[in-house]
Amino acid sequence: MQEFLEISLDLLRGFGVTCQIFAATLLFALPLGLVLAFGSMSRFKPLKYVVKVFVWIIRGTPLMLQILVIYYGPALLFGWGFLERVVAVIVAFVINYACYFSEIYRGGIESISKGQYEAGQVLGMTRAQIFFRVVLLQVIKRIVPPMSNEIITLVKDTSLARIIVVEEILKIAYDYTITGLIWPLFYTAVYYLVFVGVLTLLFGFLEKKLNYFRV
Amino acid sequence: MAFLEVQNFRKRFGDNEVLKGISFSLEKGEVLAIIGSSGGGKTTLLRCLNFLETPDEGTLSVGGEVLFDAAEKRAYTDAQIREKRLHFGLVFQQFNLFPQYTVYKNIALAQTLLAKRALRQKKEDLRAVCRIADKAERRRLKAESKDILTMLREEREQRIAARTEELLARVGLSEKRDAYPFELSGGQQQRVAIARALALEPDILCFDEPTSALDPELTGEVLKVIKGLKSSDSTMVVVTHEMGFARSVADRVLFIADGVIEEEGTPEEVFDDPKSEKTRAFLRKSLEDVFA
Repeated sequence: MQEFLEISLDLLRGFGVTCQIFAATLLFALPLGLVLAFGSMSRFKPLKYVVKVFVWIIRGTPLMLQILVIYYGPALLFGWGFLERVVAVIVAFVINYACYFSEIYRGGIESISKGQYEAGQVLGMTRAQIFFRVVLLQVIKRIVPPMSNEIITLVKDTSLARIIVVEEILKIAYDYTITGLIWPLFYTAVYYLVFVGVLTLLFGFLEKKLNYFRV
Repeated sequence: MAFLEVQNFRKRFGDNEVLKGISFSLEKGEVLAIIGSSGGGKTTLLRCLNFLETPDEGTLSVGGEVLFDAAEKRAYTDAQIREKRLHFGLVFQQFNLFPQYTVYKNIALAQTLLAKRALRQKKEDLRAVCRIADKAERRRLKAESKDILTMLREEREQRIAARTEELLARVGLSEKRDAYPFELSGGQQQRVAIARALALEPDILCFDEPTSALDPELTGEVLKVIKGLKSSDSTMVVVTHEMGFARSVADRVLFIADGVIEEEGTPEEVFDDPKSEKTRAFLRKSLEDVFA
């Protein structure tokens, strides 16, 4: 019993790191994704293609590789110092998830009919007003389901952080196996399940909230 | 010079010349019906009037003010285009109501946004006055301008509310003010769209086949509302397939085919005594469709 409590707390400490990566990634990747989405839809062709190639590279390579590049790259290539491990992980996650989010945003924005923009235009609205007052909420309503998918994937992707020895929950549990203790590894599933359960409820609530209108 | 003057509008999309030199004029308070088969350029013409498309050639003026002249060759800023657009209102075939807003908010939104912009401008003006005043004076002026702004804001809010309620009554939807677009029938949605287009008091209200997306039994209520607007001296341009409606409401009729005006005149002239063979064929065809 004593052991169970101790390990639970130890895992909880790792889960804190997991949550930290998760929260920081969302905080930065959600707005950065929107910026990338606008870039990929830009009428300025060079910008559009630069963004598209960037998104292709990031979506086309494993996140694990990206973490390694962000952590070791600056030191190996330029002889700079190393980032703090957890910071390197967060940077890699933000870039990676911003690219996925940008594609979701783009799909959402492009699904809004031209008529909505034109209706705003003939009513004398500015571009910004049309986006924020007319289009945005409709886009949000449309992207909640794909976003919730992606965000739930993020919860579990955080376990990749252990590749550069960040002490997130799975890393801690894995270290127990070296001492011959296997069950903590499987026990981590409870933490993930509770977290994802809460997120699922939240997204369900949000979807319901946006149900007052139809697009 | 007539109230609305369109001179030699030309517009091509790639190889396809959609408007091949369209000129017409309209007096204030008149209703112009534009008829013609699909793909003939009617909708493009309306979109050019509303600055949703830019004609390759031609000029446009309203009330003697030149709003567009292709020969000028200079690009207008977004702000200039917004200004020019406000001379026109447009009712779309597909309504294009904002789904997340109630009927009331759909109609009030543009007015609110314009009022906000005007207030911000006023605020800046007042601030500029405060800046040049000396210290003792500044405090008094600041307090005063705050009062002025509050007063203006309240007055504008009241005016918008009154105007919106009046428009709702005019299209007969006062009891639907808090409904969302998806809760309304197509006919009701289009009536809201008409009220919304009227909200900014455009000089000329344009309709792009306002009943084409409606079930036949719903077209009547929309046409009735449009008819009702005629009495209140608004100038209207209506692209329509409803020949009976064009005949009874329009002061003048344009028949457009293949990007040119094929026939033009009073409803009697166009419908009873068409000069061009194309017009005759078109009218015969649309009659057949009615009785088919």
